[in-house]
Amino acid sequence: MANVKPKVDAVIVGMGWTGAIMAKELTDAGLNVVVLERGADRDTQPDFAYPKVVDELEGSVHRRYLQSLAQETVTVRHNLTSTAVPYRQMGSFKPGTGVGGAGSHWSGCHFRALPEDFKLRTNVEQRYGASFIPSDMSIQDFPVSYEDLEPHFDHFEYVCGTSGKAGIISGVKQPGGNPFEGSRSREFPLGPNPNYLGAEMFYGAAREMGWDPYPIPASNASAPYVNPYGCQMGPCNACGFCSDYGCLNYSKASPNISILPVLRQRKNFELRTHAQVLKVNLDSDGKKATGVTYLDAQGREVEQQADLVLLCAFSLYNVHLMLLSGIGKPYDPQTGEGTVGRNYSYQNLNRVVLFFNKEVQANQFIGIGGAGTTMDNLNGNQLDNAKAGFVGGGIIWARQPGGGPVRGINVPPGTPNWGTAWKQAASDAFRHSFYFEVQGACMSYKQHYLSLDPTYKDGFGRPLLRINFDWHDNEIKASQFLVGKALEMSKILNPVALAGDAKKPGEHYNITKYQSTHTCGGAIMGSDPKTSALNRYLQSWDVHNVFAIGANAFPQNNGYNPTGMVGALAYWSAKAIREQYLKNPGPLVQA
Amino acid sequence: MKKFLLSLISLAVLVFVALLVFALWPTSTPKLAPAPDTDQAALIEKGRYLADAGDCTACHTATGGKPFAGGLPIASPIGTLYSSNITPDTASGIGLYSLDDFDRALRHGIAANGNSLYPAMPYPAYGRTTDDDVRALYAYFMHGVAPVQAENRANDVPWPLSMRWPLAIWRKVFAPSPEAVAFNRARYPDAQVARGAYLVQGLGHCGSCHTPRAITLQEKALDESGAEFLSGGPVIDGWLAVNLRGNPADGLGSWSKDDIVATLRSARSATHAVLGGAMGDVVVHSTQHLNDADLQAVAAYLKTLPASERQVSSFKADPATAKALAAGQEGSRGAELYVDNCAACHRTNGQGEERVFPKIAGNSSVLSEDPVSMIRLVLAGSKLPATETAPSQLGMPGFAWRMSDEEVAQLLTFIRSSWGNQAPAVNAGQVAQMRATLPKESPAVSRTDIAKP
Repeated sequence: MANVKPKVDAVIVGMGWTGAIMAKELTDAGLNVVVLERGADRDTQPDFAYPKVVDELEGSVHRRYLQSLAQETVTVRHNLTSTAVPYRQMGSFKPGTGVGGAGSHWSGCHFRALPEDFKLRTNVEQRYGASFIPSDMSIQDFPVSYEDLEPHFDHFEYVCGTSGKAGIISGVKQPGGNPFEGSRSREFPLGPNPNYLGAEMFYGAAREMGWDPYPIPASNASAPYVNPYGCQMGPCNACGFCSDYGCLNYSKASPNISILPVLRQRKNFELRTHAQVLKVNLDSDGKKATGVTYLDAQGREVEQQADLVLLCAFSLYNVHLMLLSGIGKPYDPQTGEGTVGRNYSYQNLNRVVLFFNKEVQANQFIGIGGAGTTMDNLNGNQLDNAKAGFVGGGIIWARQPGGGPVRGINVPPGTPNWGTAWKQAASDAFRHSFYFEVQGACMSYKQHYLSLDPTYKDGFGRPLLRINFDWHDNEIKASQFLVGKALEMSKILNPVALAGDAKKPGEHYNITKYQSTHTCGGAIMGSDPKTSALNRYLQSWDVHNVFAIGANAFPQNNGYNPTGMVGALAYWSAKAIREQYLKNPGPLVQA
Repeated sequence: MKKFLLSLISLAVLVFVALLVFALWPTSTPKLAPAPDTDQAALIEKGRYLADAGDCTACHTATGGKPFAGGLPIASPIGTLYSSNITPDTASGIGLYSLDDFDRALRHGIAANGNSLYPAMPYPAYGRTTDDDVRALYAYFMHGVAPVQAENRANDVPWPLSMRWPLAIWRKVFAPSPEAVAFNRARYPDAQVARGAYLVQGLGHCGSCHTPRAITLQEKALDESGAEFLSGGPVIDGWLAVNLRGNPADGLGSWSKDDIVATLRSARSATHAVLGGAMGDVVVHSTQHLNDADLQAVAAYLKTLPASERQVSSFKADPATAKALAAGQEGSRGAELYVDNCAACHRTNGQGEERVFPKIAGNSSVLSEDPVSMIRLVLAGSKLPATETAPSQLGMPGFAWRMSDEEVAQLLTFIRSSWGNQAPAVNAGQVAQMRATLPKESPAVSRTDIAKP
């Protein structure tokens, strides 16, 4: 070990949303913080500058803003007996890299979980009996409640300039919002974004179904905004380059524009880019972290010592680092023992496409990543799971985050894949079609977990992280149910053609097709150290000065996009560190 | 003939000797009584605030260097000057300066060794500083600044221009004596305007950039008694120092006091943004640290300055452009370029968005008679500095890589004649001239440097 850096108060792995939030909170508390980011520094200027960023080939095909899988990736297998193979091309999910991480190339959907999502197992057992839960389903309650997180949901929305309409404020229903949501302490910082045609039509059809449509909460600013840190946002101009891209217009909340402008001015904050963390170092008895070892931009091994180690990488890599560093006991699906890697879950996403004749001008040249219309009538306690036949709910939405010829054009079913007929269909459909999506919850199961791969190593000689995951009957039923409802609703709009892609019985998880970047779990929070890697403050049960902040903490995934919850959990954890841990370093919850 | 030549030579010698005598004749300056031995800490703190107001750090702290240790290169018409170490280090700084030595340098432009200072040091402006404020500044520089051992770097000025004595002539001819311009509150309608005048003319030395200079390089006016005071100065690093007088189109005539305060506080207002590094640095190092009362005073004083006589540009809001663009009728290449490159942020109505994207309709920088700043902005972009109250370094990208000289000219001619704007057309030659001065990769849009400010 050639290069040992002087000890700092806290070292943070990763400069995405959670890294930025933790760095802000801990530098506020006066700590000296070093952040290690594996990718490059990025900012609106010059990295996302107009018009160069508006390049579908570079952004969505060559994946310029996403993680390169050449040095570090994961392997995937469907069952416990097959050999996993590496994820060599970005497909099913898209981890970010560089300053801002996935928080710079997200769409902007910014939900809160429902109060009942926090106590899922208890709730399902109470409503339908314990036997309703399949024996291999390992869902469990969050060790925090909606009420615990409400102030943090609220704060994060104000940091992000989230644009939406409250459904319930202090227990009082608000017209136009989601009538089923948890009560909010106040209205959104900004009003909803304008609707595109598909969202407008969704309102009509959803109401005809007897549902309660409301605007998707979007961290795409609907008006000029200054957040509580003084950081500024410009109103979204609906350019349609959100997902896969950094925002050119200061409109989409990101660590880069919402928090880093403040951090970059702080003397007790240091950002080191091109710093690839290899492992967390533990003291001799493995009870305490002493810092991390990383490779710097020149490929030299450096040890950064720290009192506090915060894992704020993409959720999968947080788990990877814990497994590589020996933090907690790896989960064993055979015995059910061990916690690190346990309860990996995902998101159940499907789509219906509506094709119209030329009177319906669906302008696909415009798009706002997080905005649109959705409804919660099939989510949480609104859904009769016994009748529907599966655990977990979901939402249906109209959302147009931006399309374009290179990203793909939907064509009606029966269109040939090439040639004159395809060209004609593509040209007809592009301006006269739109899609609705169903985003369903994804439960966790005993056999779905993360572990170190026995075969493949990354560019640094470490075993890759292996994802053990496949679609379970429960999620396939949910997909069929929700897509069925979406098709039923779509028919009200009289499209000339309609296509849906509900999962078929026995269908396997396809890692080559993009579905969702909402990978969850693997280092989950819980109230029992036997079934969770982290306590309710996202602190490792085993190494008290390591916290793993991110969607890795979700015991299972709900029907929403995770970012709102991830941000709220980060602020929740930071509060515990500031108010409890710093005064008395040690386990915040006695095992 | 021989006699005539001889008398000519004698005359020249006589003039030279007279000049030399004039230059070398010592300047006597009144002695300054030391500060009464009251609250030293408060005096130092007051001095710190005044040093911010005077933006001493702008020249006396090198990029990445220790505060006030000097060494910053300053380009001048005669060569590169290096700022001096003004920390209280006794060997290399001003640690041995008496209060009078300090005063002579600050207000009279005379170094302790008797040399006249280059007027890059704005002593003609600082001359208006009150005795009390000089004592506070002295206390701060002696006791509030950490001494740094750093030898002054010799200026890079070739002989004969490197001779110092002619500077004394410049000083004696062009710099008013502090006694003559001693600040007189009675000249102003109220205490606030007077305070503003004191800051603007004195420590703020706004005129150093914003007042045009004569051929002999002195500012054409040092206060409001001259009609050219703050009427817009030279081009600095490709950016025009804007007219701060009451001209409704290209001055501060249409600005509210709050707009001025917001700009000095955060480098941006609801409708305008600071362009270029020079004024950005002034905001970062100086004006953002002033208290509200002082910024309000500065604004109040600036608003008393009437429009300068020369008014080429005008603005009268006209909805025609916005209507035409919204209807998809561009009508000119300039308008097409605007819609393709600019409208996403500045909108087809030219109104921008509050505090984020400056408006173009009626924007005083857009309407400047000299379009140099707009040309530079379109070619190379610009980025706002991070300030304490507005940390976002909002930026506009440069378009040099995308637009030809002719296109930039047409675009600028369009924005200078639309929405009610009326300012002279821009031609491709002007753009080519600016383009030639810019590095290929403009620093204005280069990666954010995470080094500490």
